[in-house]
Parts: sequence; C-alpha cells; structure tokens
Amino acid sequence: MSAISREDVVHLAHLAHIEMSDAELDKMTGELDAIVGAIASVSEVAASDVPATSHPIPLTNVLREDTVGQTLSIEEVLLNAPDSDSDRFKVPAILDGE
Amino acid sequence: MSNYTDELVDFDTALDRYDPVLGFEVHVELNTKTKMFSDAPNAFGDAPNTNVTPVDLGLPGVLPVVNKTAVEYSILIGLALNCQIAQKCGFARKNYFYPDTPKNFQTSQYDDPIAFDGYLDIELEDGEVFRVEIERAHMEEDAGKLTHMGGAAGRIQGADYSLVDYNRAGVPLVEIVTKPITGAGKRAPELAKAYVAAVREIVKNLGVSDAKMERGNVRCDANVSLMPKGAEKFGTRTETKNVNSLRAVEHAVHFEIERHAAVLDSGAKIVQETRHWHEDTRSTTSGRPKSDADDYRYFPEPDLVPIVTTAEWVEELRGRLPEPPAERRKRLKAEWGYADKEFRDVVNAGVLDEIEQTIAAGASAAVARKWWMGEIARLAKAADKDIADLGVSAATIVELNSLIEAKKINDKIARQVLEFAIAGEGTPSEIVEKRSLAVVNDDDALGKAVDDAMAAMPDVVEKIKGGKMQAIGALMGPVMKATRGQADAGRVREIVMEKLGL
Repeated sequence: MSAISREDVVHLAHLAHIEMSDAELDKMTGELDAIVGAIASVSEVAASDVPATSHPIPLTNVLREDTVGQTLSIEEVLLNAPDSDSDRFKVPAILDGE
Repeated sequence: MSNYTDELVDFDTALDRYDPVLGFEVHVELNTKTKMFSDAPNAFGDAPNTNVTPVDLGLPGVLPVVNKTAVEYSILIGLALNCQIAQKCGFARKNYFYPDTPKNFQTSQYDDPIAFDGYLDIELEDGEVFRVEIERAHMEEDAGKLTHMGGAAGRIQGADYSLVDYNRAGVPLVEIVTKPITGAGKRAPELAKAYVAAVREIVKNLGVSDAKMERGNVRCDANVSLMPKGAEKFGTRTETKNVNSLRAVEHAVHFEIERHAAVLDSGAKIVQETRHWHEDTRSTTSGRPKSDADDYRYFPEPDLVPIVTTAEWVEELRGRLPEPPAERRKRLKAEWGYADKEFRDVVNAGVLDEIEQTIAAGASAAVARKWWMGEIARLAKAADKDIADLGVSAATIVELNSLIEAKKINDKIARQVLEFAIAGEGTPSEIVEKRSLAVVNDDDALGKAVDDAMAAMPDVVEKIKGGKMQAIGALMGPVMKATRGQADAGRVREIVMEKLGL
C-alpha cells in the first residue's frame, strides 16, 4: 500500500500554493511515496530507545546578547519589492471576495 | 460585511440552561532591545521598514540567532505563571501564506513549549479567588503590520491593496494558553477580564513587556463554548480574535454566550470558526471556518538548535522574580491599614507605587493617601494626565507635610506650593522662601496688623469687649489682607484676646 496518495499530493500542492498539472501530480505521487518509504526504513533500524531527532549535531543554546545591530536602508529593504508605496511593500487586496 | 444581526438569548437565561467553557490565548510582546531572531531594534512607532534586517525579510541564506534575553523573559513569565520550565525545547516553523510574514512561516514552538502546566489564581472584585490552569507558554515572533487601503476606514473588506511594514515582524512574543476553564458560570465575562488583567499586570511587574493593550503589547483571543447544564462533554467553541482591551474581553465573552445560547436553543449547531470583535456594536461577526487553512504543517526549525535550561539558570531567574502583584497588594493593605474601599480606590487610581514611596520617605499612610487621592488626583484630572505623569515626587509630599506640621504653611498654601512644584519651581521649601508664602505668625508683624484692624473698627472692638467673641472674625479680613493671607488664624485670635485683656 502506498504511503502517499494522489489526493495527498493535491492537498499538499494546495497548501504550498503550487500549481501542478495532472502529469506532475502523478509523477510526484510516485516520487514522494518512494521518499517516504526510504525514510520509513530508518524506523526499522532505530530501536525504541533512540529518540526522534531533528538536529543531528549535538549543539544547544546558540544564543546572542540583546544588542542592536545594523539594519538595512529603506532602499535595500524595498529592493526586491514588486511594488511599494510610502516606504512600505504594496500587496494586492488580501481577502478578495470574502 | 454582513448586516445580519444574530439572534441572542438574554445572558442570565442562557446561563440558567448552559454552562460556559472558556479558554484564552494571550500574546505578550516582550520589550527586549532587539527582535527574537535578529538584532534589529524592537521599537514601537518608528518610520516604516527602518527596523528591518535580512533575517526579518526572510531573504535566502540568512541565519536566525535566538535572543538570550527573550528566552530569559519567557522563562520569567513561565515561572510567574507557576509553570514547569522545559529542560529542553526547540523551535518549529508554522507554515502559512500571508503578506504579514515575508518568510511564509512563523517561527514558533510546537510540541515542546518552554513553559507548561502552570496556574494563576485570579481574584474577582468581591474577593472570590478562581484558579485558571495554564496549559503552556511558548516563544514565537510577531508578524508585520498591514494597512488596508481603499476600503472603508482601513477595513480589510473592500480594500484595493495593502501596505506592509515589517518593523514588527520578528518582535519576540510569548503566547500564554490556558486549559479549558469550567465552572465560571455567570461570572465568565468578569473572570475573562480579570484573567487578562492579571496576565498584563504580571508581565508589567516582571518588566518584560510594556504591557500596553492599546499598543497591542498584550492581545487576547477568547474561546467560548456552551454545554447543557450538568453535561461533561464540551460544546463546539468559537475563537474571537484580537480582543484588545479589558472591557472588550468582558463584552466579547458576554456576547458569545448570548449568541451561542440562541443558536443551540434553535436546535442548530455552532460552527467552529474564528469571530471578529467589533467594538462599535459590541458584537462579533463570522471570520473564517477552521479548515485546511489551519493545516500549518509544523516542522522543526532546522536553523535553530534546541534550548537547554539548566537548574542553575532557572533558579537564578527565579531569584529575579519580584513579589507577585496580588501578594504585594495584600501586604500593603495590611501595612497601611486602609479600609477595603479606600484601598480599592488607591489600586484603581494606579498610585500604589507612589503611596508606597511616600510612606517610605517618611509620611504616614493617612497623609500619603490624602495627597495622592486628593489634591494630586485633582490636578492630574484637571491637566488630563495620569497621576504618575504629573512628576510629583514622594520627597515633595513629605516636605510639604512637614512644612504644614511645623505651621510654616497652612493646607491652602500647601496646595499652591504643590502646583508651583509641579511647574518646576523647586522644592517646597525653596518655593515658600522665594514666593514669601510662609504663614505670618511672628507676633510683631501680626500684632501690628491686629492693632491697625482694631483701630479701623472700634465698633467691632466694643462688641468683643462686650463678650461677642464671634466678632473677632470681622477683624480677620483686614489682618489677612495685611499679611497677604498668610496669617495663622488661631494666633490672631489669641493676640486680639491678649490685647483686650480677655
């Protein structure tokens, strides 16, 4: 049984705001299923006494002092903005039609 | 915008049939110097997009680094809420698409909050104490500020476009989540207000937040559900977002109880959804239903390594905790001996600190209350300022009072001196000296003024000689005039009697 269905991929694409064609959905369903299957094999090796980990490097508490540093200039901040107005990013109406 | 008016059931009637269950998510903005994950300034009111670094914009290749002070403030909040502090916790990405976050995710904590399993004892106005259980307090970051343009009065509905300022993006937040609160019954709205007030007071007292609700430093989402009286299974809840004043929290809970009861009475079901609060109509309207949009696909933030708290670190922070506000009030009330109402008025006027300092500087509790709740409160009201912003020091009050006790000035002159002191003319003694305000009670000067008055009013003198003592009052006017109102009235009376051999 596949771990990832085509419906799962449609749902994920929707959540991620990625438009996908039928062909892409089919292809991705197979690929994601293979990836999930590969990852699942880790569970077969790891015994229950191995805690789940998200950070393999044994590093903790990378902290900085609360000291103000350099900020960007307005020009730098807005450099990649598709549109701006009054030193602010201009974006399309958000709740269109609600 | 919907013009639909919800059916409501009268509050008392609703709670004859249903038990309310409450839950709160309170967001507290920390007042660190810099943001949660970047060294941009954390400041309110600056020009748009001036407190922004590449990290705040989520530019490719940036590396966030956690603000140590923000972690410590979060632990302090957890301790003040009687929480356990996680020995190890981490950050997670909460993924959503909205222009207030340029990264397309909010860095937050998911299944391992820094603080959990706490409680807060909430004292209601009549003294009844209600324990609210705290589920968790976790660290996260604030979003940018959107301004909706082209619609009516800055509303999102009907807007043509929006402008985004990322100064607030990345400001450290602590989100405090309660467990479901049952058993409040008809006191639910009052408890809601008191709970948020208590959280605000605690973070202000800790010094970790400016705690100004009108600036959004403390923001509340209020969850309400109803279940038939005696039931144990909770009803479907609604979450009223961003209820940002204490009064609004109380009103929002009140409104939602009335609305839920009407829906349930009609046999319909409550839709699990967010609600928007409208201060003008004191009502809520439907926001968005809980749906796929709430599938945030949390996953561990790969760029931030876990936070480990040692017992030494936590205990060092515990040592920094100030006296809890509720305990302090209890102690001060006992120490000062104020009556219940007197003390409540002092608390409501927000002058506990001022009175405490004035007493510490040497005044009696009664004298301190007389000044802060009397003349100073009056002047603040006249100037439309908060009492604390008038700039009256405890030392000024103590000095004024000792001038009165030494009979150098009377109450009336003291009030004038206070006004001059507020205007920055110096200490009370300096003002009395400079403006020659000292009460005239040296007998030479007074004696001369009395002689003049008696010479000018022989008929009055005859009356006094004839035993009509109240006639002395007629001499008081000219004497006061001659001494510019600074004569000690009691001494004048004595001098008149001495001169007439009475």
